[in-house]
Amino acid sequence: MNVGFLYSQIRADEKLLLTELRSRGHDILKIDVRKHQFSIQGPPSEFKDLDIVIDRCIAQSQSKFASIFFASYGIPIVNDPMVVERCSDKVKTSLLLSNAGIPTPETTIAFSPESALEAIETMGYPCVIKPIVGSWGRLMAKIDTRAAAEAIVEHKATLGHYEHKIFYIQKFINKPNRDIRVVTVDGNPIAAMTRTSKHWLTNAAKGAKVDAYDIPKEVESLVKQASKAVGGGLLGVDLMELDDGGFTVHEINPGTEFKALNECVDIDVPAQIINWIESVANKKGEGR
Amino acid sequence: MASTTCVECSSELTIPDDVESGEILDCDTCGTELEVIGVDPVELSKAPELEEDWGE
Repeated sequence: MNVGFLYSQIRADEKLLLTELRSRGHDILKIDVRKHQFSIQGPPSEFKDLDIVIDRCIAQSQSKFASIFFASYGIPIVNDPMVVERCSDKVKTSLLLSNAGIPTPETTIAFSPESALEAIETMGYPCVIKPIVGSWGRLMAKIDTRAAAEAIVEHKATLGHYEHKIFYIQKFINKPNRDIRVVTVDGNPIAAMTRTSKHWLTNAAKGAKVDAYDIPKEVESLVKQASKAVGGGLLGVDLMELDDGGFTVHEINPGTEFKALNECVDIDVPAQIINWIESVANKKGEGR
Repeated sequence: MASTTCVECSSELTIPDDVESGEILDCDTCGTELEVIGVDPVELSKAPELEEDWGE
């Protein structure tokens, strides 16, 4: 299989995938997104024999636009650009989850500081303001008081670029010091872990402790539905446990990292991902 | 394992045998993130600064 590997930086996750691909004898064309141009006239000759492209760009904006070109060239790419667009924008993800009837935290969008404060007061404290694009728990604010709300909203309105003036306000979920990450391929879970921290943010990037998690049927079903709602692909679906024993899906990551997961489960995560990518390439190849 | 020097503090840096172009390495001495921009021979530069849209 001729595999295009689209990247901007090689993290441990990308290295695991490259090692697995090489161990299976696949030919790899590493494509540094920063060094290539993408023309509407068509692909450069070096892309023409690719059976599939794996998008591992670290910048979601690069991922979003570069993946559109590969799709337009008729070269299968994982993830599909539609999935990247839906999942890298928290507004779109929340709407899709809600419209699909999947439990997700109460969320309101406002377009002015005054309207944002009104939405916060209506939702009640504590609540959370998130950037609509971003990851690793960055620029997330838990708001406990009116005074904090006023300060954060003013800072976003004054210091942020235009996307920070779209105020994404979400009900705070009092989770049990952990959330759940499930890595899935087309809705089928590969493996899952919990991320535990005393801090309200439980991202692995923030230093949360990770442990293997046996996926209950309810989580499996929610993850399948969530994946379907955004268009499938390789995803990191994040859930929180609720006081009533249920779950809520709060985020879906289109460029999921899996190094930490791979280290805490007995499953060979990169091997499972490449198994799926091979099956996607084979299916797409039959139709080309 | 090969070695080279950190472009920031000039300390010696051990390079893994399976080093990849584009790979990010940390300097154990000064903590600078370094990007591998060439593998034969190994060439390093300071890694790009974190951007707001980076992530998963």
